[in-house]
Amino acid sequence: MFLKSKFEGRQATKSYDCTSIQIVIGKMNVNKTWWKQRVGLVLLLLILFFADIAFGSTTISMGDLIASILKRSSSEYEDIVWQFRIPKALTCILAGSALATGGLMMQSIFRNPLAGPDVLGLTSGASLMVALVLLTGQSGNQLLQVVATNPWSLVIAASVGGMMVFALIILIAQFIKDNTSLLIIGLMISAATSSIVGILQYISKAEDLQAFFIWSMGTVGNTSWTEIKVLVVIVAIGLSIATLSQKSLNTWLLGENYSRSLGVNINRSRFWIVASTGLLAGGVTAFCGPIAFVGLAVPHLVRLGVPTSNHKILLPFVMMAGACLLLFCDLLSQLPGHTQVLPLNAITSLMGAPLVIWMVIRNKQIRI
Amino acid sequence: MIITKNLSVGYHSKNKKQSLFEDLNLQLNAGQLVCFMGPNGIGKSTLLRTLAHLQNSLAGEIENKSGKNIALVLTDRISASNMTVYDLVTYGRYPYIDWNIELTEKDKQQVDLAIDQVRIGALKEKPLSELSDGQMQMAMIARALAQDTPILLLDEPTAHLDLNNRVEIMNLLRSLSRNMGKAILVTTHELDLALQTADLVWLATANKKIKTGIPEDLVLDGSFDEVFKFKGFDLKTGRIEHEAHRGIAVQLIGEGFTYLWTKNALERCGYEVIEKSDLVIKVGSSQNLYWEVAGEKISTLAEVLIHLSK
Repeated sequence: MFLKSKFEGRQATKSYDCTSIQIVIGKMNVNKTWWKQRVGLVLLLLILFFADIAFGSTTISMGDLIASILKRSSSEYEDIVWQFRIPKALTCILAGSALATGGLMMQSIFRNPLAGPDVLGLTSGASLMVALVLLTGQSGNQLLQVVATNPWSLVIAASVGGMMVFALIILIAQFIKDNTSLLIIGLMISAATSSIVGILQYISKAEDLQAFFIWSMGTVGNTSWTEIKVLVVIVAIGLSIATLSQKSLNTWLLGENYSRSLGVNINRSRFWIVASTGLLAGGVTAFCGPIAFVGLAVPHLVRLGVPTSNHKILLPFVMMAGACLLLFCDLLSQLPGHTQVLPLNAITSLMGAPLVIWMVIRNKQIRI
Repeated sequence: MIITKNLSVGYHSKNKKQSLFEDLNLQLNAGQLVCFMGPNGIGKSTLLRTLAHLQNSLAGEIENKSGKNIALVLTDRISASNMTVYDLVTYGRYPYIDWNIELTEKDKQQVDLAIDQVRIGALKEKPLSELSDGQMQMAMIARALAQDTPILLLDEPTAHLDLNNRVEIMNLLRSLSRNMGKAILVTTHELDLALQTADLVWLATANKKIKTGIPEDLVLDGSFDEVFKFKGFDLKTGRIEHEAHRGIAVQLIGEGFTYLWTKNALERCGYEVIEKSDLVIKVGSSQNLYWEVAGEKISTLAEVLIHLSK
């Protein structure tokens, strides 16, 4: 009798233990906060930011570097650090997070893993206007010469081009109620504007061509503090809209019908998502020129380390990872100790393409 | 719960109205499982989407006495493969939360309840890409349940599933309508299940109308035959028609399942089973399986068939 009750008692506690363990495991997984990944990425971002400031064509010793950053020295390095390297690193952070966020939004809204911030044709629109300014007789027409030599002119031209395509896309989005059609139209606008740029390149002079070629390779090194202030505002607005759209971005993963049945106003949501991507991609292209692959590759890289589809978690990760990747690419492009600087756009593509290929091979397929 | 008044359903194509159903006066009531049946392509999904306000009607009204919130299970594919079952079910709470996606305790309870009701607790942490078709459908139903609405509309929830999963889903829907008083509308073109589970059938007929009735009435008055134009299926017996091509009649003595399945085997192989014949087969009980043909005891049906064909 005693034995039996003891046995029963043991059974009872045992089963109780089991359920309590299950509950704990359940809670842990359901409310996953990914703290390890968060801390890791923040540390990586800080390290890369510091490294990007520390390395460059001029070698600066650690002591001089810290003194320059703290503005404690009157050395010539302070100018390099504060007028060139810090603006460049900040531009990397702004541009990287903007492009990656735009890419994530486009992949989610189009439910297409190959979408990036440039699928809407904004980058090509910007290229077209810049090409018009740089290629149509900078070396001939006097008025245009004045325009082309003004440091803001390329920024304005790129913005106007991006905005024009952006307005066109928004207009089309009002008539077309289907994301795939919108994606195709964006790609077609890209193709059409690229070919106009091609024609312009074909008929223009060699020295003008050089200037346009340099712009089209992308750079983060030409941004002044004033320009950074403008870029900060643009990127902050874009990222805020993205964050406010996180719920509808989630529902877009289920498609249009489910989104609507969950009370999402899909036309409004589509407008804001396209608007914020336009702002982010257009703003970055205006100040840095076209930067390829960051927007496409970063969301996939993040999903690899943080396998979730919840944009509330994905968005901050993608912003930070985008900044990290662009800082890293910029570090590679400067070849420490060398005066030669490699084109940023080539580096991002060289980094991005193998990464995507590796992911496809590793996961057998690429998914959103 | 949902009442339609002279509802016409269809779509606009090139400035022309293409109507699929006209002048519908239907009613979907609480506690009822309604199967909406009809051949493929007749417009079942279109009507379902119209009832759910995903699509505009061509004419008429839809009255929804419970407010606008209707939970749906559609045929749309979901491509987000990192999404877990739990994530998917939380979507059901989205109409109740703001942009920051902060689930309250009540929301979490509803999610857990929905997962329990569909009995997919073990799949909670699984990504959708690892689910079978049947599990995926259960997860979608759980998502709809988490929405906590009095009305549930499902488009072909049993398509592409095996028999076991189909039965499981229909049983689940029936118990949800009975125990929770939900009004459930299911489109399907699978007769057998609908006939055995539906409280009411909406039958799409050729003249752009919908006939309603309990399944048995619609079987007996020949409505199903008219719509589906069966070829070799006798709906009134619920069986596939077999031609007694051998011209041999057999008398079968026995009862229970063994009797039924023996009859099935004989008819399938072209024998006729009649009340009185010279050829007699005795069937044992299911505890003691044997068949007796012309005094000879045989232990499997396959051997019986071989014996008969000699």
